[in-house]
Amino acid sequence: MIQNNVKNANSMTNFRHDFAIIAGWVPFGAKVLDLGCGDGALLHYLSGSLEVRGYGVEKDDKNWLTCMSQGINVIQMDLEAGLSGFEAQSFDVVILSQTLQAVHNTEGIVREMLRIGREVIVTFPNFGYWRHRSQLIFGHMPVSKNLPYQWYDTPNVHLCTINDFDEFCVNCSITVKQRLVLTDNKPVTFMPNLMGSLAMYRLRAPK
Amino acid sequence: MLEPSSVGIIAAKTAHFSQPLRLKSGEILPQFDLVYETYGTLNANKSNAVLICHALSGSHHVAGKYSTDDKYSGWWDNLVGPNKPLDTNKFFVIGVNNLGGCHGSSGPTSINPETVKAFGSKFPVLTVEDWVNSQTLLADYLGITQLAAIVGGSLGGMQALQWTIAYPERVRHALVIASAPNLTAQNIAFNEVARQAIITDPEFHDGDYYEYGVVPRRGLRIARMLGHITYLSDDAMGAKFGRKLKDSIKYTFDVEFEMESYLRYQGDKFAGEFDANTYLRMTRALDYFDPALRYDADLSKALANVKAKFLVVSFTSDWRFSPARSREIVKALLDNELSVSYAEVTAAHGHDAFLMPDAHYHNILRNYLSSIEVGAIK
Repeated sequence: MIQNNVKNANSMTNFRHDFAIIAGWVPFGAKVLDLGCGDGALLHYLSGSLEVRGYGVEKDDKNWLTCMSQGINVIQMDLEAGLSGFEAQSFDVVILSQTLQAVHNTEGIVREMLRIGREVIVTFPNFGYWRHRSQLIFGHMPVSKNLPYQWYDTPNVHLCTINDFDEFCVNCSITVKQRLVLTDNKPVTFMPNLMGSLAMYRLRAPK
Repeated sequence: MLEPSSVGIIAAKTAHFSQPLRLKSGEILPQFDLVYETYGTLNANKSNAVLICHALSGSHHVAGKYSTDDKYSGWWDNLVGPNKPLDTNKFFVIGVNNLGGCHGSSGPTSINPETVKAFGSKFPVLTVEDWVNSQTLLADYLGITQLAAIVGGSLGGMQALQWTIAYPERVRHALVIASAPNLTAQNIAFNEVARQAIITDPEFHDGDYYEYGVVPRRGLRIARMLGHITYLSDDAMGAKFGRKLKDSIKYTFDVEFEMESYLRYQGDKFAGEFDANTYLRMTRALDYFDPALRYDADLSKALANVKAKFLVVSFTSDWRFSPARSREIVKALLDNELSVSYAEVTAAHGHDAFLMPDAHYHNILRNYLSSIEVGAIK
């Protein structure tokens, strides 16, 4: 499945390896909810490769309009306002793709995702990545491909490292079904909290 | 003068239906007329028809003018026309006056052939379901099996929703704007005050005021003033009128504040052109609409047979049909895994925002409507 998706994705001008990995975790034809779906690129990718029944949630007017205009089902709402409008276990997969760091009520939203989805995927930029650390050592807030914002102009409020998120999952009794760490689209297994720039998790609800 | 994107000079048409229409109340309308207008051209396979359902005080006159010196255009002229969001180069757009209306369709002011007098109080109380049933007959009359889309705001949105429930095969897209799956108690309460204003007007004569050559103008005026307050937001009123005085404080009960002047003007204008019996029936139809009622108040079950794709739009400052009510519709559509996009438009104008040409709002409608496939135009 991943092989096929990688092939499809290669033909795209802007290849996103993280999308291809997510596609490998999403069953064909699944009902998918993408929280903070931005301009709909991931849902567009998943619809094309896996024919998912996708719904996005996005609060920004411009992004919302971009999604809707491409024929993506998109619900305009603020994640922070609560996800009670979604029934328990009503989606096969709920995705929070590089949005975790921008939400205030982190624990509440992850718990809601586990309530709504049978499978939960969370990806976030690893603040512990060595390039981020070195920028801090030299006295500056990190700016990188995955953290492209200046400190004074960032939507990010809850940056964390891979170790932090692992600890968060333990404290919340969330089972980590699988974890993948990427740097420059390549998997990282050696010292991932130092060497990895993007963390990708598959989560399961507490028993 | 007509702007280039106007549908131009329009003439209303009347469709007569001689078959009886059984109403939800059990009453039967033996025959009836529906007055309607159309804009654009119906294509060969009749796949480009869009029905616009009107709200409480609307009519079939959606766009265009009746003559070059007509002062006003149709009530949703900013939406409908060549190259407008609802593009009449692409779509064949239908506006219809609902049954019980006072703009030409059969209603309380129509002449009852049996008595050769106006129906007045004898005209039945109607429901959204009755309207939709009658609208399907108009679609049949125009040779349209399936509508490309139905567009409706407020009470019009309820009709769009009802179409998708009752006639799932006959509508491909529903645009439900500033609407709700039913009215809240507060909304019914506002309607009741409006009705009481009309019914307790001494010139109401139990609804048969036509025979006395009078109209319950005061009641209708107060009903409309109340309505206007609820269609605007506190902020919009504050911005438009604030505490501005027309002149100075005079220690009287005459018009001293601009706000009063506006309300009285709107009330007078409306009372001069609208029928009180129609107003009663329109508000009642709003009160009664509740598709989930038959399904233990479960809207998701009520929408189980729906097939249409939806665009649902609400406005942040609309407290009469609040975003929360639109989200109930969205949730029920999601529960049924239907195709739906939902926009919550930031707008200051309250419920009235759905009629305003806000750029973002119109972009939403334009982009959604332009994505609807209709096949060849000619």
